[in-house]
Amino acid sequence: MSTASQAKGRRSLFDSAIVRRAAVDALVKLAPKTMMKNPVMFVVEVGSVLTTVLLIYDRFTGHGHFSFDLQITLWLWFTVLFANFAEAMAEGRGKAQADALRLAKSETTAYKVSKSGTIEEIPSSQLRADDVVKVVAGQMIPGDGEVIVGVASVDESAITGESAPVIREAGGDRSAVTGGTRVLSDEITVRITSNPGETFLDRMIALVEGAERQKTPNEIALNILLAGLTIIFLLAVVTLQPYAIYSGAPQTVFVLISLLVCLIPTTIGGLLSAIGIAGMDRLVQHNVLATSGRAVEAAGDVNTLLLDKTGTITIGNREASEFVTAPGVTSEQLADAAQLSSLADETPEGRSIVVLAKQQYNLRGREFANLNAEFIPFSATTRMSGIEVDGRSIRKGSVDAISNYLIEHGSKLPDLVRESVDAISRSGGTPLVVAENGRALGVIHLKDVVKGGMKERFDQLRAMGIRTIMITGDNPLTAAAIAREAGVDDFLAEAKPKDKMDLIKREQAEGKLVAMTGDGTNDAPALAQADVGVAMNSGTQAAKEAGNMVDLDSNPTKLIEIVAIGKQLLMTRGALTTFSISNDIAKYFAIIPAMFAGAFPVLNALNIMHLHNPESAILSAVIFNALIIVALIPLALRGVRYRPMSAAALLQRNLVVYGIGGIVAPFIGIKLIDMLITALHLA
Amino acid sequence: MSLNGWLQIALFIALILLLAKPMGSYMTRVFDRRRTWLDPILVPCERLLYRLTGVDPDQEMRWTQYAMAMLVFSAATLVLTYVIERIQQVLPLNPQHLAAVAPDLAFNTAVSFTTNTNWQSYTPETTMSYLTQMLGLATHNFWSAAVGIALAIAFIRGIARREMKTLGNFWVDLTRATLWVLLPICIVFAVTLTSQGVIQNFHPYTTAKLVQPQTITTTGADGKTTTTTVTTQTIAQGPVASQEAIKMLGTNGGGFFNTNSAHPFENPTPLSNFLQMLAIFLIPAGLTVTLGTMVGSPKHGWAVLAAMTILWFCGVFVCYRAEAQPNPLMHNVDQHASLTQSGGNMEGKEVRFGIANSALFATVTTDASCGAVNAMHDSFTPLGGLVPLTNIMLGEIVFGGVGAGLYGMLVFVVISVFIAGLMVGRTPEYLGKKIEAYDVQMSMLYLLIFPLIILGFAAIAVLMPNLGLSALTNHGPHGLSEVLYAYASATGNNGSAFAGLSANTHWYNYSLGFAMFFGRFMMAIPMLAIAGNLAGKKIVPETAGTFPVTTPLFTVLLTSVIVIVGALTFFPALSLGPILEHLLLHAGHTF
Repeated sequence: MSTASQAKGRRSLFDSAIVRRAAVDALVKLAPKTMMKNPVMFVVEVGSVLTTVLLIYDRFTGHGHFSFDLQITLWLWFTVLFANFAEAMAEGRGKAQADALRLAKSETTAYKVSKSGTIEEIPSSQLRADDVVKVVAGQMIPGDGEVIVGVASVDESAITGESAPVIREAGGDRSAVTGGTRVLSDEITVRITSNPGETFLDRMIALVEGAERQKTPNEIALNILLAGLTIIFLLAVVTLQPYAIYSGAPQTVFVLISLLVCLIPTTIGGLLSAIGIAGMDRLVQHNVLATSGRAVEAAGDVNTLLLDKTGTITIGNREASEFVTAPGVTSEQLADAAQLSSLADETPEGRSIVVLAKQQYNLRGREFANLNAEFIPFSATTRMSGIEVDGRSIRKGSVDAISNYLIEHGSKLPDLVRESVDAISRSGGTPLVVAENGRALGVIHLKDVVKGGMKERFDQLRAMGIRTIMITGDNPLTAAAIAREAGVDDFLAEAKPKDKMDLIKREQAEGKLVAMTGDGTNDAPALAQADVGVAMNSGTQAAKEAGNMVDLDSNPTKLIEIVAIGKQLLMTRGALTTFSISNDIAKYFAIIPAMFAGAFPVLNALNIMHLHNPESAILSAVIFNALIIVALIPLALRGVRYRPMSAAALLQRNLVVYGIGGIVAPFIGIKLIDMLITALHLA
Repeated sequence: MSLNGWLQIALFIALILLLAKPMGSYMTRVFDRRRTWLDPILVPCERLLYRLTGVDPDQEMRWTQYAMAMLVFSAATLVLTYVIERIQQVLPLNPQHLAAVAPDLAFNTAVSFTTNTNWQSYTPETTMSYLTQMLGLATHNFWSAAVGIALAIAFIRGIARREMKTLGNFWVDLTRATLWVLLPICIVFAVTLTSQGVIQNFHPYTTAKLVQPQTITTTGADGKTTTTTVTTQTIAQGPVASQEAIKMLGTNGGGFFNTNSAHPFENPTPLSNFLQMLAIFLIPAGLTVTLGTMVGSPKHGWAVLAAMTILWFCGVFVCYRAEAQPNPLMHNVDQHASLTQSGGNMEGKEVRFGIANSALFATVTTDASCGAVNAMHDSFTPLGGLVPLTNIMLGEIVFGGVGAGLYGMLVFVVISVFIAGLMVGRTPEYLGKKIEAYDVQMSMLYLLIFPLIILGFAAIAVLMPNLGLSALTNHGPHGLSEVLYAYASATGNNGSAFAGLSANTHWYNYSLGFAMFFGRFMMAIPMLAIAGNLAGKKIVPETAGTFPVTTPLFTVLLTSVIVIVGALTFFPALSLGPILEHLLLHAGHTF
């Protein structure tokens, strides 16, 4: 994670500006149209309105017990307000971020290249898709687009928080640029790909602000459960009055509504949308943008992770580690040829060969320019590179390529060389065969370097029931060895884009959910097919549009964190639901005896908390019910603690904490509030 | 409580747990249409039935078709029973020349037997002819039980199948449940019962001369007292054993006689009593094993059975303990158990069964939706009576009625998995099926209808002095318990009565009739909708991240959800009924 985003992540949970704005929003959200989206809290609001009307009526007619009724009414309103406040707090964090992003969206001048080639200056807001603009060093890129000419270094810190500039160039997988970022050097021509209002920045602002927030499938299901429970308790309370009348102990509306509000799951009902918003927000803190909450939920459900080997599991570059000679060839001969052939090879692998030859055999790196040599670059058809110097024709390449090359020259690969090749492959290395003038000299052992700590992470994933599959273009032997070293569960070797796609479909047919990362245009179909497709921000526009998440840090390992965030979101909902329902037991023991102890003093036997009197008991339960929402806002925003472990262990832990805790906590809380109320003579 | 009593209770549950596996495995074979040893006799019968009725046994039904077939079958048989009751005076096998049954009572009874409730607003021996009992009522005991089993099997298939739209064929499941499961066991069981002294005949009622004439003084409406001397007693007869067997095995509970399994011709000996209790739990316990084997997770079946056993134990413990306590109002009487007396509360209990077997019977008959009784629940202590009432209010899922108990339990499983499943950080999955909005919606509908009917009707009843309260013979909290019990029993399709309520009135016959009807069919339909929806889903393969439904932890979770959701719904009402009565009893008040 970049330093800038860490700074963002450290924004205090109760930032005073956010709290102030949330307090105001909580009042605005009282509008019935807004409240109706949340059935549980809507019932509380209706209850509050009812008690308020009745309170005023009683005031004029002299009925009721004003002090008690007033306190109940106030606390019912507080219950609604606290829930609104929780939601507003969660939104507030996003809004603050959106404000920062808007700064980057300021109007700029675009230098539009017309068809005739002339350049006209127009405001960036007038740019349409397919317009072509020129951007030079120091200018802001006026809109999302694709570089069609040139290469430039770009400062994308406005979006990613990452201050180091990135390279953007025409063609290939680094062609996408984002509006609002600044070109630092050189000059590029960009084809605009989005209309105003539909840019990446616009979408990002909408996302973090939660403006387009739609309920996710799990949230909808949970809402139905909560609405169902609310109706059941409404039924229990409404029918209680006839039984109470029959028993000769009719209840006041204030008491009945108090009972109802305490029983319906207000704790989770009040915090549910805050949990969802905070989940998305947590993703943004990790510099990941999800196009929908559905994708975040899906991340929690993922069964299979497809991870590219290079850059994710291994550090991007392979290193030469050994020269293995063919029969009758000395190590020096091989090293010399290998070094010569790699002098002009600017790839990290090529450089590492030069370095190894220097280190092991003291062969000084010769300057390519000083040699009368011709460099044969690597091509996709020959799959070899090499050098022609002083009548020496040196080639290096994969075993198949060199083998064909040798056959063309009327010789063949010695068996011993083939054995060394297989041995290197088996050990996870990549063999590069070196040949000179139609004769195999030996093999260079290129070694993949597995990133530190990956094995532990895969072990954690396995404990969570997630299978990791490494995707690599290597041959199966090499792939198997690296897979073993890195500790992944499976691998897909010699993978072509279509193979990746087939693998995803195969997994999905088995009912599994698949997550993957990708950046290239040829990854796009697979990104679209995967349940969670994380595109790298450095990738192409096509990849970004195909996936349902974009990682601004372009860090493929982020997938593992995304899964954890998805799980944490679901766990927080489950934990607070369990807590909310468990709470009801104590509330019953507070309210039921209080309701009927007047008519039947024997029912005081159920007053196991020994609450002071019926009014203080009911009031305490209502106050506890309201305050617990506030008390749990930090948990809802932060999410419950998540540690990778098996589902059985997680369930046990969470059931103890939130189930049993949920049963016990209100007994203590209500008793304490009752003592306080009694001390203050409030009831 | 005595050691002897507990040993009998332990023997009972041990036998149930032992029988569950063979019974469950057998039912799996039956409904998977695999070979069983009864095939040589039954397969030809089955084929003949399909040929006669034009059923294509290989036609698979979607949940809507399955539900429709079930409703059509139930409606047709309901009408048949209603007609038989209304014209029994002209039909044969009516040696007592009993008249046609009144319309409201005939309706109530027809609904009652169609829904596997067997609520009896009538006194059988003075209302129903032998033909009505056998053709109108006993047949329903088979059919309604078979329907329940079929529905449970459909639900299990919904869980077990993947990416399919169908749940099996209702007619096949109904036929096989009757021919392979109910009939063979009933034949053996009926014969065994006759060995214990249960009668089986078509004789007219016998008139016996009393050894000691009884003098009865009654006060008429005009306040005049009349004294009559009774010298004879009419002893009812009939084909009892054949009806008794299915009454227990099919968790129907409708007695041939008014006093049900307390009657010596229905339940003569402690052994017959023990066998009858075993028969109630036999199929429901077996079905949990069927669940486990059909969904490919035997341990899940055992986990569900374990939850049932825990809840059963809590019930029998509280009930037995409450009934074995001395009555607090009789301070000067020795109420301790000894060799010469049973101690505790023997009011309304048969001496030949005693306290342990009456408490166990009451718990078992209400855990399941049986409703047969061998003692007067109305005469139990308040806490003793709270147990049967609570058992019914939990939805009769502790073993439960044949089939209905299991699918009711599975709806609770779905809810439990949904609530707690989120806590493992995944979309809740039940045996690889994702539990989504539609499933939750239908489960909540299922859970909502039940208290809606019970609490709704009971609330209306207690507010209407002329309709609801006039039929009450007790007032105060006990009266409330009686009303609550009646509607709970009807809605839960239990059929046992707390009594103390003269239910043969227009209001009670119709309202209880509707309660029974809605309690059966309005709950079966959302249940089938869940099954249909589950059948269409993919199965997510099990991993370490899967919510475990096979562990003791799951059993505890399931039990807690049942208790909390059940108790939270009914606790306010119960606190004004049995709980208040209990507290008042100890303060010296009775009702």
